Amino acid sequence: MNVYLDLFLTFARIGGLTFGGGYAMLPILQREVVEKRGWASNEELMDYYAIGQCTPGVIAVNTATFIGLKNRGVLGGIVATLGVVFPSLLIITVIAAFISNFADLAVVQNAFAGVRVCVCVLIVNAVVKLWKKSVVDLPALFICLAVFLCSAFFSVTPVLLVLFAGVAGVIIQTLKGKGGKVQ
Amino acid sequence: MIFLELFFRFFKAGLFAVGGGLATLPFLYEISDATGWFSHAQLADMVAISESTPGPIGVNMATYVGYSSAGLLGGLVATLGLITPSVIVIMIVARFLRSFSDNKYVQAVFYGLRPASTALIAAAGYSVLKISLLHLDLFSTGGLAAVFDWKGLLLALVLLVLTGPQLPGMGKSKEPNALVKLLQSCRKIHPAAYIALSAVVGILFHFAGV
Repeated sequence: MNVYLDLFLTFARIGGLTFGGGYAMLPILQREVVEKRGWASNEELMDYYAIGQCTPGVIAVNTATFIGLKNRGVLGGIVATLGVVFPSLLIITVIAAFISNFADLAVVQNAFAGVRVCVCVLIVNAVVKLWKKSVVDLPALFICLAVFLCSAFFSVTPVLLVLFAGVAGVIIQTLKGKGGKVQ
Repeated sequence: MIFLELFFRFFKAGLFAVGGGLATLPFLYEISDATGWFSHAQLADMVAISESTPGPIGVNMATYVGYSSAGLLGGLVATLGLITPSVIVIMIVARFLRSFSDNKYVQAVFYGLRPASTALIAAAGYSVLKISLLHLDLFSTGGLAAVFDWKGLLLALVLLVLTGPQLPGMGKSKEPNALVKLLQSCRKIHPAAYIALSAVVGILFHFAGV
């Protein structure tokens, strides 16, 4: 089989079999990419994952780009990335088209009003998990509260807040280094 | 030109959303406020569907928002916009590989970015809370009691007990009792199941009031 077609289909399968992205994708990646195809070792996969998290964008997409790039160059990176998003495009488009036709029905409206409550709880759960990993000390707590207030009540654009947080991180860590403390 | 604007706005989300999963959500709220292509309520529905269908959540939401804004081609353009920065950034970072994530300055930047990402997702959660559990507009006529959606709050409480953070005492004792075991197994069930359950509860108890 053509190597690019193989890359596309493998990542399309990974995208189509993953619910939720992020860490949920890891076991499928290990099976398809490490065990079946030998495109990366387990250690390399963990490295790609770590970098996927430390770079902007969707983690699953970043990892796909990385594996494609390392194996088949720039075109490989692009093909793997298109593969991993292909099932989403297909499935979501069908669902979106279907739902927009039935959005006015009372039963659909009631269902989504219930679903929104669940979305609320899911976001709370996500925030609690992220909080434990991200708010590690007092300055981090300050960044978190400042960004929340600016975003929730003053509608400051997230771009500005992300830039502010990155700069604040460097300043705080530099000050800490001068105080003789290691982070 | 709506397609160009879609591409650019999702390019921005892809470039600045850090941390995966729901990290693109605050950018989608910004798009909703700036363009009016879709409402906050629609956005909450899209989150639910993106969590219950296969594929990365960020990509699912981009496709959905794009489709709602500009049809079939809109979904494609929004998704391509979201992933383009990833492809470019990874191609640059791949040259440094290991030294990148170990770099002192990269770590310092992420020390600041992580709490910001948490806060942005929390702020997006607050927006969903406002439309699903609160009726702030009823405060002037009905007082404080009218502000809360009591049916919704009850459902939220039940879901929080079943799926939320570990309750005090859970997971600590070596021989968990039947209730703790049950609550822990509830946490292993996929979120899609709870989304479906909430839809049924919404229909049975007329959550939208119709």
